[in-house]
Amino acid sequence: MTDISRRWLLAGGALAAGAAVIETLATAGRRFGLVPPDSGGVYGIGETLNYAAHRVFGRRSFAREFPRSMISAKPFANETSPSTEAFNRYQAANFANWRVIVHGQVARSLRLSRADLRAMPVSSQITEVVCEEGWSYVAEWTGTPLAAVLTAAGVRSSARYVVYYSSDPEWWDSIDIDEAMHPQTLLTWGMNGSDLPVPFGGPVRMRVPRQLGYKSVKYINRLLVTDSLEGISLGSGRYAWYAGI
Amino acid sequence: MSSVRPSDSQANADAATAVVPRHPRFVRITHWVTTLAVFALFVSGLEIVLSHPRFYWGEVGNVNTTPLFTIPLPSSRATVPTGYSFVLADQNGWSRFLHFQSAWLVLAAGLVYVLLGLRSGHFRHHLVPGRADRRWHAWRATILDHMRFSPAAFGATSSYNALQRVSYLIVVFVLFPLLIWTGLAMAPAVTAVLPATATLLGGRQSARTFHLLVTIALVGFTIVHVTMVSLAGFPARVRAMLGATPETPR
Repeated sequence: MTDISRRWLLAGGALAAGAAVIETLATAGRRFGLVPPDSGGVYGIGETLNYAAHRVFGRRSFAREFPRSMISAKPFANETSPSTEAFNRYQAANFANWRVIVHGQVARSLRLSRADLRAMPVSSQITEVVCEEGWSYVAEWTGTPLAAVLTAAGVRSSARYVVYYSSDPEWWDSIDIDEAMHPQTLLTWGMNGSDLPVPFGGPVRMRVPRQLGYKSVKYINRLLVTDSLEGISLGSGRYAWYAGI
Repeated sequence: MSSVRPSDSQANADAATAVVPRHPRFVRITHWVTTLAVFALFVSGLEIVLSHPRFYWGEVGNVNTTPLFTIPLPSSRATVPTGYSFVLADQNGWSRFLHFQSAWLVLAAGLVYVLLGLRSGHFRHHLVPGRADRRWHAWRATILDHMRFSPAAFGATSSYNALQRVSYLIVVFVLFPLLIWTGLAMAPAVTAVLPATATLLGGRQSARTFHLLVTIALVGFTIVHVTMVSLAGFPARVRAMLGATPETPR
C-alpha cells in the first residue's frame, strides 16, 4: 500500500470514528437535556457547550446573593416602559386590571392579578442584574417564585419550557423547566421594599438571576408552558437563548 | 515524533536538528488554532466593549455610577454618554456567539498544548531558560541584545533565547489563565457555582476591568512577537511554524 492511500484510509477512518462519536454525543446530549434549542447553525457548537456546561456543573447552583449594604443606591433602569396607550391606561389605574395569564401544558389556566400573586408564597432576594453589555447593579427583588405559580396551575410532566411574554410586543423569552422551577426564579412585583417601579419592569417582571439581564423580561402579562419551542422565536434580541454567560 | 533539541539557546543548529521541522507538530497546530481563535476573540470582544466602553471597580457599575476609566470610543447604545453625536449599530448578538465559541476553541487548543507540552518535555527543554541563561550576566546580555536590536536578539534558527522563553511561558501560564478566569468571573452562571471567581478579584466589575487589562497585555505581546518575527525574517519563521524543515542553516 502506498503512503498516500494509507493516509487517505486513516483519514477516512478517523472521519468515520469522529462522526460516530459526534452522533453518540448528540444522542446522549438530547437524552440528558444538554442541547439548547439554538444548537443549530454556525454558533451551535459554542451554544451547546455553554448550556451543557451549565446543565452538568450548575443545575443546582444558586446565584450570588448580597448583603443589604451592597444594594445599589443608583440602579440603572435601561430601556423603560412601553408608552403604548394600553399600558398607560393600566398604569393610570395603578395596574389594578393587570393580569398574568398562565396557559399551555397546565391542568388549569390562570389569570393572576398582582393581588393574587401577593397572596401566593413570597420570596425576596438581593441579587445582581448583569447586562450583557457589561454594566450591573444590585437590588432587593420581592416576588412570587415562578415554581409556586406553575404548581398552582398544575404543570404537566410533559412541560419542558416556559415562554414569558411582555406587554411590549417586542419582548419575550423562554427558559427550560429546570430554570423555571428554580427557587430564585421569581415573578417580581417589589423592588427595594416598595412596588416594582415601571422603569424597572413594574408591575411584574421575570427575574432569572443565574442568567444575564435580557432574560429578566419586564411587563410580564403571559406565561406559556410548553413541551416544545418549535414555532416560537427564541427571544427578541437575536441573542443566545442560554444566557448564563 | 518528539525530537531532541538543544536546551541551551546559544547552541547552533546541528545536523540532527536540520532535518526535522523546527517546531513539533502539536505546537504548530495549536499555535495557528490559537491565533485564529484569539483574533476572533479580539474582534468580538472589542465589539462587545462598544456597547459599554466604561470600566468600573468593585461589584457593580453602570451609567449612574462613576467609572474607573472610560475608553474614548463611540458606543452602540444610546444610553451610554460618550461625547459622540452618533450611536453605532448593535452587533452584540453575533459578537457574543463568536466570543464564546472562540473561547471554547482556545480552551481546547490550550489544553492540548499544555498536556502534550508537559508529556513531551516541550516546556522543560524549549521554554524554561537553560541553566547558563539563568545567570545574572546572561539576563543582562540578552536584555542588552534586545535593546540594541542586535541579531542575537532574534534568536537562533533552532532555539529560543531566554527573554523569548520567559515571555512565551508568561503568555501560556499567566496571561491565558487570567483571561479565562476573568472572563468566567463575569458569567452569572459561573459565579453561582464558584463565587470566588468574582470575589477574589474584588467583584464582577473588577473582573471585567482585569479582563480588559490582560487583553491589552496580550495585544502588547502579539505586537512585539510579530515585530520580532519580522525582524528575524518573517517568511522563514512563518514557514517554520507551518512545518518547513530548515534547508540552509545560517
